[in-house]
Amino acid sequence: MKFIAEINVMPLKNLLDPQGKAVTKSMTNIGFHEISNVRIGKHITLEIEAESKEQAMEKVNEACNKILANPIMEGYEYTVRQA
Amino acid sequence: MRFGVVIFPGSNCDHDVIYVLNEVMEQDVVELWHKDADLKKSDAVILPGGFSYGDYLRAGAIARYSPIMEKIIEFAKRGGFVLGICNGFQILCEAGLLPGALLHNNHQKFVCKNIYIVPDNNATPLTSMLDKNKPLKIPIAHKEGRYYAPNDDLMTMRQNHQILFRYCDKNGEISEAVNPNGSVENIAGVCNAAKNVFGMMPHPERAADDELGITDGRIIFESLIRAVKDKRISTSN
Repeated sequence: MKFIAEINVMPLKNLLDPQGKAVTKSMTNIGFHEISNVRIGKHITLEIEAESKEQAMEKVNEACNKILANPIMEGYEYTVRQA
Repeated sequence: MRFGVVIFPGSNCDHDVIYVLNEVMEQDVVELWHKDADLKKSDAVILPGGFSYGDYLRAGAIARYSPIMEKIIEFAKRGGFVLGICNGFQILCEAGLLPGALLHNNHQKFVCKNIYIVPDNNATPLTSMLDKNKPLKIPIAHKEGRYYAPNDDLMTMRQNHQILFRYCDKNGEISEAVNPNGSVENIAGVCNAAKNVFGMMPHPERAADDELGITDGRIIFESLIRAVKDKRISTSN
C-alpha cells in the first residue's frame, strides 16, 4: 500500500531562528502589529510503500531521525495517510 | 605520507586545499571522489569547503551519507586524522564525528571576510605549533557557521579541551562584538574527545600562499603535517 507522509521540521524553541526573527520584524513594519514570534521550518511530503500505516509511520520516523531532521537543532512531527 | 582531499558534488575549496598541500607544503595529495569507498592509502583526510549537494536540506546532511563517508568514519574511529573546513566541518558534525551543529548565522547573511581566531587548546595535532597568545588572521566565508552545542555537551567539551579556536579581535580579546556569526562562546573550531577529528569554519587554505598576502593559515597545516609524520613514525616502530 502507498502512504503519504507530511512532515514538519522546526528549529528547536530555545534556539534563535534568524529567518523567523527577520520576518517577525517585517510583519510589524507592514502593519501586522498583532503578529509576533514567527518561526520558520520546513514542510516535507513524501510517498512511502508499506504494509500498514504503523509500518509506514515507523519508517517515516526512522527517516526523520536519520536525515530529515537534526535533533541537535530541530524537532519534527508528522502525519501519515493512505494515498 | 599522503593527504586525501574529498571532492563532493558542490565542493569548491577542494583545489585550494590540494594546491596548498601540494605546492606550498610539498606534500603528496590524492583526490578522493565522494562515490569512492577507498581512501587510497591516505594518512590524513581533509573535507574541504563548498556547498556539497547544494546545501539542500541542511548543510552537510546529504554529503554525510556519501559512500566515502563510511570509510572516513571507520578511519576516524581507528584514530586517523580527519580535518573538516567550513562545509567539511558541517559534514563532520552531521556525521556525528564532531559534537554540535552549525546553524544559520544569527544575522541571516552570508559572511565573507578576514577575522581573527585564537587557539583555545594548542596541545592538539592541529594546533600544536600555535601560540595561545598569538591570534591568527584567517578568512571565513559561510552562511551556516553559528556553532551550537547543548550545554551538557559544551561542558564535556570544555572538560576534554575540545574547543580548538575562538573568534577574537586582533589582540586576542574574545568578545561578542567580534563574533561574526553568533557562535556559542565564540567557538570557531572543535575536535572530538580523542583529538583526531577536527572541524573549523575559517579557511586556513585561503591564508597559506604568499601571493595572497595572508599566510597565518599555514601554521595549521604545518602542525597537522608534523602530527601525521610523528604518527607514521610511531606506528611503524
